[in-house]
Amino acid sequence: MTTDKIYFDRVTKTFPAGAARRATGGAVTAVDRLTLGVRAGEFLVVVGPSGCGKSTLLDLLGGLSKPTAGQILVDGRPVTGPGLDRGIVFQQYALLPWRTAAGNVAFGLEAKGVPRADRAELVARHLDLVGLRGFAERYPHELSGGMKQRVAIARSLAYDPDILLMDEPFAALDAQTRDSLQDELVRIWERTGKTIVFITHGIDEAVHLGQRVAVMTSRPGRVKQVIEIDLGDRSAVADVRSSDAFRHHRHQIWSLLRDEVRAAQAAERPSTTRTEEAPAGRGTSAPVRAEEARVG
Amino acid sequence: MVDIAERPTRLAAAAAPPAPVDAPAPASRLLGLGGRALHRTAALLALAAVWETAPRAGLVDRVFLPPLSEVLGAWGQLLRSGQLADHVGASLTRSLTGLGLAVLTAIPLGLLIGWYRPLAELLSPLLEVFRNTAALALLPVFVLILGLGETSKIALVLYACSWPILLNTVAGVKGVDPLLVRSARSMGLDHLRLFQKVILPGAVPTIFTGVRLAGAYSILVLVAAEMVGAKAGLGYLINYAQYNFAIPDMYAGIITISAIGLVVNQLLVAVERRFSTWRVDVTA
Ligand SMILES: Nc1ncnc2c1ncn2[C@@H]1O[C@H](COP(=O)(O)OP(=O)(O)OP(=O)(O)O)[C@@H](O)[C@H]1O
Ligand SMILES: [Mg+2]
Repeated sequence: MTTDKIYFDRVTKTFPAGAARRATGGAVTAVDRLTLGVRAGEFLVVVGPSGCGKSTLLDLLGGLSKPTAGQILVDGRPVTGPGLDRGIVFQQYALLPWRTAAGNVAFGLEAKGVPRADRAELVARHLDLVGLRGFAERYPHELSGGMKQRVAIARSLAYDPDILLMDEPFAALDAQTRDSLQDELVRIWERTGKTIVFITHGIDEAVHLGQRVAVMTSRPGRVKQVIEIDLGDRSAVADVRSSDAFRHHRHQIWSLLRDEVRAAQAAERPSTTRTEEAPAGRGTSAPVRAEEARVG
Repeated sequence: MVDIAERPTRLAAAAAPPAPVDAPAPASRLLGLGGRALHRTAALLALAAVWETAPRAGLVDRVFLPPLSEVLGAWGQLLRSGQLADHVGASLTRSLTGLGLAVLTAIPLGLLIGWYRPLAELLSPLLEVFRNTAALALLPVFVLILGLGETSKIALVLYACSWPILLNTVAGVKGVDPLLVRSARSMGLDHLRLFQKVILPGAVPTIFTGVRLAGAYSILVLVAAEMVGAKAGLGYLINYAQYNFAIPDMYAGIITISAIGLVVNQLLVAVERRFSTWRVDVTA
């Protein structure tokens, strides 16, 4: 157990009833006694219905909030706060708009205390790694969504955390950009050997990226099942996504999620006031089809 | 507090200069350029023409509104005699001192209030009361306490300028994207560095909008203050000229104030642009 790189040990997170919540019935338990281990160097994907506590889980692991009960171990030591051993890539990029791409990548290095003289080289290398060599002096508003996310990934990689936490990093991108960034991420992961925890709504994305996929239950979130993904030799087939193994895993996850999505729907329907939890088109209100299933 | 934080930005948005209109592709570029310049100054030229002709045509009493040429003549005389420079110097010294002091006090205070919630909760009722008290209404109080000298005038400018700067600074700090704060926190930045590297640069454009508004206020209230018990300054010039029936001089003073107001605003707009390129472009 303790050999795991990351270990969630019966972690519970309860949000106290805020002013907005009082009408809908008190405190919200986002995550309930969740136990999950992540191996060193592993690419673990977490999928689950919307509002099941995925982001909460990542916040806890990132040290941005504290668990109500239980603990999270990284290298056997409990997480007590944010740290440079864990890098977070947010869905909305979170780039500083007043800094160039290079300046943003340098930001993490400044936080780490890397001497100025060494920064330029590290920045250049990591912009190169994500394929943005010529865009160092561009400001975020001059970059496309995909490029911004590359900068964010470069920023997180530059200060060299052991663990990369990614919360739906590609959700806001178009399909082509997403596909190419997925491939790039796998390439970077293979090259750097980092432990990656990746959250997504997309079943295809989960199967494509993950070595293992943890499927969560609807709120309060727990791990329903962890699935080992075996796609054979990825480089041997031209299109991994159309292989039998891929389809098998996709169906497997889809079946697991279908019940949870239904449960989540049932739980959310009576309270029409909680609008923020069921955004339109997020799959909760649309019938889920295996082909294009994007659950959550 | 929310209300405090929101209003100045709306004010700022309303006061922001209109975006330059794209010129329709003209056949001759030069002609287009000239046309645009004409277009932009047309209203001003029309005003000047009316001002010149209306008194001459007897449409208005030329004693109360002398033709523009006479006013400009008086302006030239004031300039040559060195009087104008004295008055402008006196006025600018006061307003820049007041504005400078306001920048030095209101920005740090605003940063503190925006950043430190308990302080905001403590001070917000007080701020509400004061910011809704017109600066000029307090002029007699300032005169009573600080006398008729420079101190009361500078204090009035300082007071009037502090509000837009303070409120915009608070709004700027509060308006920084929480995601950026989270992201910086996830990299282990402590409070001080978070403030220095994220909050402050994020708030700069909004703060500068406040400074620009304050620049306009500084001249507005100063002129009014100078009409009471001053011995120099443009407000004094206008008031004194009116009192002595030197009507062209009075208008010369008014024109000078308009010009100074315009120049100060343009200058501050330029500075504001420089400090917030990343934002201007985003909203463009
Ligand atoms: N700061 C908070 N205060 C109160 N409740 C919260 C807070 N953050 C999250 N929650 C609640 O906790 C639950 C889990 O939220 P979380 O953001 O982790 O879900 P998620 O799985 O990431 O959802 P999605 O897939 O839609 O992003 C939700 O019901 C949410 O409303
Ligand atoms: Mg989420």
